[in-house]
Amino acid sequence: MALLGERKRKDLSFLQFTRLLVVYPWTQRFFDNFGNLSSASAIMGNPKVKAHGKKVLTSLGEAIKNMDDLKGTFAHLSELHCDRLHVDPENFKLLGNELVIVLAKYFGKEFTPQVQAAWQKMVAGVSIALAHKYH
Amino acid sequence: MVLSAADKNNIKAAWNAIGSHAGDHGAEALERMFHSFPTTKTYFSHFDLSHGSTQIKGHGKKVADALGNAVNHLDDIPTALSALSDLHAHELRVDPVNFRFLSHCLLVTLASHHPGEFTPAVHASLDKFFSTVSTVLTSKYR
Repeated sequence: MALLGERKRKDLSFLQFTRLLVVYPWTQRFFDNFGNLSSASAIMGNPKVKAHGKKVLTSLGEAIKNMDDLKGTFAHLSELHCDRLHVDPENFKLLGNELVIVLAKYFGKEFTPQVQAAWQKMVAGVSIALAHKYH
Repeated sequence: MVLSAADKNNIKAAWNAIGSHAGDHGAEALERMFHSFPTTKTYFSHFDLSHGSTQIKGHGKKVADALGNAVNHLDDIPTALSALSDLHAHELRVDPVNFRFLSHCLLVTLASHHPGEFTPAVHASLDKFFSTVSTVLTSKYR
């Protein structure tokens, strides 16, 4: 992980966790109590979705600060996602790839193949760390 | 999974916006794939994989032309891609997991070059399109 190379430490707050719910609608299964998710515009404007997106991004910010110990950083969240939230780890991969795509959209040409490769390793590491405590 | 009328409109509009850049985008998607998913290079041991390689450019154009053909036949992609499906099944035999890697890198390429058009709805339609193409190309594997 220490060899990941170039990293953009910009504010990620504009990234959209919401996109996951639009592009892969079956991921909505975990958010029954979020209210109106009936259309793309409903999802993009839903305040609970936005709030949850911020939570997720804050965690990812922690990941970037602790790239050498992702498993330790995410140990508690991993237990939570397994024991309380019952989220299939496949969803972490979907969200990770979604993040990469949104980064490409916002950074355009700066998001070179090399930068993408570094981020792919990062999101893969986060997915593995989040799944690590599953049993 | 079925492409709705809205999906088909989104796909056609996106392909129009891409226009003559399709070949370049195909090459860029391949280069991204080789960087992010190095296991995919095992299928191209006979290629020069350096940046700007003529072989990658040529192969990118091939991929883009095939996708363009599929865009022109959204109502019957299996027939339009039948020969390519045979090729992948009997000669190339690329493991199915790799189609997802290339599809992902195509989406990344399109998002980076056409951010304005790449709304969540268009993104979803393109994801479905690439997924459909991938299924067709692996449909005769066994």
